Amino acid sequence: MPRNHHAVPTLVRVTACTAVATLALTACGSGSQGGPGDGPVKVGLITKTDTNPFFVKMKEGAEQAAKDSGVELVSAAGKFDGDNAGQVTAVENMVNSGVKGILITPNDSKAIVPALEKARAKNVLVIALDSPTEPQDATDALFATDNVKAGELIGQYAKAAMTGKQAKIATLDLAPGVAVGLQRHEGFLKGFGIPEGDPSIVCSQDTGGDQAKGQTAMENCLQKASGINVVYTVNEPAALGAYTALKAKGLEEKVLVVSVDGGCTGTKAVKEGKIAATSQQYPLKMASLGVKAVADFAENGKKASGYTDTGVTLITDQSQTGTEAEDTAYGLENCWG
Amino acid sequence: MTATTTPYDQLKGPTAVRRLLAAPTAGPLAALLLACVFFSLTTEQFLSGGNFSLIVQQVMVVGTLAIGQTLIILTAGIDLSCGAVMAFGSIVIAKTAAEGTLSPLAAITLGLVVCGGFGLLNGLLVQMIPLPPFIVTLGMLNVAFALTHIYSAEQTVTGLPAPLTALGETFPLGRTDITYGSLVTIALFLAFAYALSSTSWGRHVYALGNSPESARLNGIRTSRLTIGVYTLAGLVYGIAALLLISRTGVGDPQAGQTDNLDSITAVVLGGTSLFGGRGAVLGTFIGVLIVGVFRNGLQLMGVASIYQTLITGILVILAVTVDQISRKKAR
Amino acid sequence: MSTDTSMTPVLQARGLVKKYGQVTAIDGADFDLMPGEVLAVIGDNGAGKTSLIKALTGAIVPDEGEIRLQGSPIRFSGPQSAREHGIETVYQDLAVAASMDIASNMFLGRELRRPGVLGSAFRMLDKKRMREEAAAHMADLKIGLRSLTQPVETLSGGQRQAVAVARAVAWARSVVVMDEPTAALGVRESGQVLDLIRRVRDKGMPVVLISHNMPHVFEIADRIHVHRLGRREALIKPSDHSMAEVVAIMTGALTVKSDGGTVVTDADAARAAGVSAH
Repeated sequence: MPRNHHAVPTLVRVTACTAVATLALTACGSGSQGGPGDGPVKVGLITKTDTNPFFVKMKEGAEQAAKDSGVELVSAAGKFDGDNAGQVTAVENMVNSGVKGILITPNDSKAIVPALEKARAKNVLVIALDSPTEPQDATDALFATDNVKAGELIGQYAKAAMTGKQAKIATLDLAPGVAVGLQRHEGFLKGFGIPEGDPSIVCSQDTGGDQAKGQTAMENCLQKASGINVVYTVNEPAALGAYTALKAKGLEEKVLVVSVDGGCTGTKAVKEGKIAATSQQYPLKMASLGVKAVADFAENGKKASGYTDTGVTLITDQSQTGTEAEDTAYGLENCWG
Repeated sequence: MTATTTPYDQLKGPTAVRRLLAAPTAGPLAALLLACVFFSLTTEQFLSGGNFSLIVQQVMVVGTLAIGQTLIILTAGIDLSCGAVMAFGSIVIAKTAAEGTLSPLAAITLGLVVCGGFGLLNGLLVQMIPLPPFIVTLGMLNVAFALTHIYSAEQTVTGLPAPLTALGETFPLGRTDITYGSLVTIALFLAFAYALSSTSWGRHVYALGNSPESARLNGIRTSRLTIGVYTLAGLVYGIAALLLISRTGVGDPQAGQTDNLDSITAVVLGGTSLFGGRGAVLGTFIGVLIVGVFRNGLQLMGVASIYQTLITGILVILAVTVDQISRKKAR
Repeated sequence: MSTDTSMTPVLQARGLVKKYGQVTAIDGADFDLMPGEVLAVIGDNGAGKTSLIKALTGAIVPDEGEIRLQGSPIRFSGPQSAREHGIETVYQDLAVAASMDIASNMFLGRELRRPGVLGSAFRMLDKKRMREEAAAHMADLKIGLRSLTQPVETLSGGQRQAVAVARAVAWARSVVVMDEPTAALGVRESGQVLDLIRRVRDKGMPVVLISHNMPHVFEIADRIHVHRLGRREALIKPSDHSMAEVVAIMTGALTVKSDGGTVVTDADAARAAGVSAH
């Protein structure tokens, strides 16, 4: 009977689908706790992605702080760096699930604003971590690294290291129009004491903060200009990419590479001398401050506000006179990722 | 075939219930219902009109893209460029309107034309050269992505005139707020479900996906049909662009980067075969709801978002496996 | 079946030529199909019978020569134009849409719409009428199938062939051309398809049957068109010649004289074909 040929796969399909759906759900649902309302206070954490070690560390900090303050942490992330729609969806779902506050590292500082405004209209405390929204007052508070200062520290360091030498600088930047990258770049120039467009800057390339692209960018810079002796990088993956390119040309000893982040991989690279110095930031601290602020708000209705600098420290083993720095032992103790 | 004639007792066609059970959408529908039951039992907030309205609102952009994707996949094609084309359309609409170059209505029209134009170009390349859809749309993905970033100068467009975000507004239905945009998406699904099942055009799309050569031998103008399908899909992406703007309230050059794969996921979860010629657009609606319900439900349960990705991956592999098995059985 | 030469041939061709660069696919071929007959077209691989059939069904346009339909000269611009003139072809791969049901396949490319505004403005298909008419056509040819709403891919090879034949017969007004209809079928199903061809002829529809299968040709054909080296080598009745002789004509070992007798042109080949030299 031909009709049966058609009926069988349908049956298979139904059974198989349900089986897996149920299995999958029981497997990953087991760790979750009950509902809202009279349950513990919920805090939402929305990171840019959930694969970058920076955000992994941030989440760890938030989890620890949540445990300490007796609140429940729910987390979500964009699917890729720049994914605004995913973050909007996460905000909506968290508001719907009754969170007291949302901590967010916005993927798009402008595009996220309408969703955050809706959340705040429902009396949810919204705190930006790591980078501000535009306008900055679209969130109640901002807990972040001062990125200009982070750039300034390595700028000053490079300046001191290059005393008496003619600097030829390559800057490996993030991407056009992204505030974090622009601020670090600006800070570096300020610290080095040169204006944008100074002739000592012989090459500027975007890396997207990616190691492979950082390497390509450095290779291109070395093709473009000879005698580069200072390389500013927007983050450590870009710095390590640059180091690989320099090493291939046998230039690694002659070039000073400076960076920003203070991740554990990057800090080790400082210890190994691949990177001369880096400005270390503290994602764990941003998150734990954020969770505590929400817990406070739940307890006494007081909303955190304004900008809180979560600090930045210059890490290097070859300190230069006139710059304050910690060594890599300190750096490795406090690093993230 | 026998010499003796048997009576044609099935002339009425299958009953509605039988059709539903035999349809390739039966499995996905069961999975969706089960997921809903599961989340209703495990979380307190899942089972509410407001939450369902939210889920539909959250899937309206990818859902609309997936309508165009379904059309193309039914012809045994694939469109990797849909998200990028939508992003470009949304930037065109947002930027021309926000800068006052065009009136909101003219900006929206231009956006539709631009997206439709990309679809037309896809269709022409696939049909006329001819090139594999995978390659054509992969190229177009990069073209549209680059144009988006060049035209927007990497800047998010804000300060949009009110008509552009009108579809993001809500109206109360009982105690639930419904987004106008959700209704647009649902209306599009119903319109295409009708066109595919009850018009000659729909039959020809299925025939084309089964075998272009057979379709041609039966007098179907396959070139025109193919180009038409890609163009129509492009226009649908234009509508998705408008929905995207209305949902986020800005023109975002970073938008839509994973929407091509997300829309393919929805189509496959909905029981439409990647080999063309079988499936249904309402299945795609179910597929996109499955993704939305899991994302929402797991979030409400407090499960980390990476598990959604895990589950979606498993479901996709399962759906494709079931498709393969049922195709083999049919042979 | 009567093949009275005084009748006008349904489909006729004189001096068809088709060249592809240096290759001559059709080399001055003639063709005659009389009303109500089953005409088998046979020929060795490469004899050019496919090209001939393509020219007659509009799939290729010949460089020279004339085609007449019901006595009037005609030019086909493509398969669609041949279809519009009532010539239907059952292709070897059947040209069916596997996932679609029988009624949908029957009306593929010629769907019926609902009357009134539903049909004109909403383009709504008249599924009920298409099912009814499909059922009527199937009944007409005594093809028994359980359901017209099952996908064609769930049918057996013979059933699919029956659907393709029924579709061609339903739409044909002048001729049905069948390309190797039994090539992919087993013995029992082949017999059923041959029965079906007989029923088509009994309805008065002439059939052009392209086949390699000599027993099938001898079982069903009223006349046999033997194609060789791009032209018609002979037009014979199966009753006048043995199967071995026809094979010998096909390979060029025998030549048919104008009086219907044969002469051996290649004794070795004739012996190989099993024909003894007189």
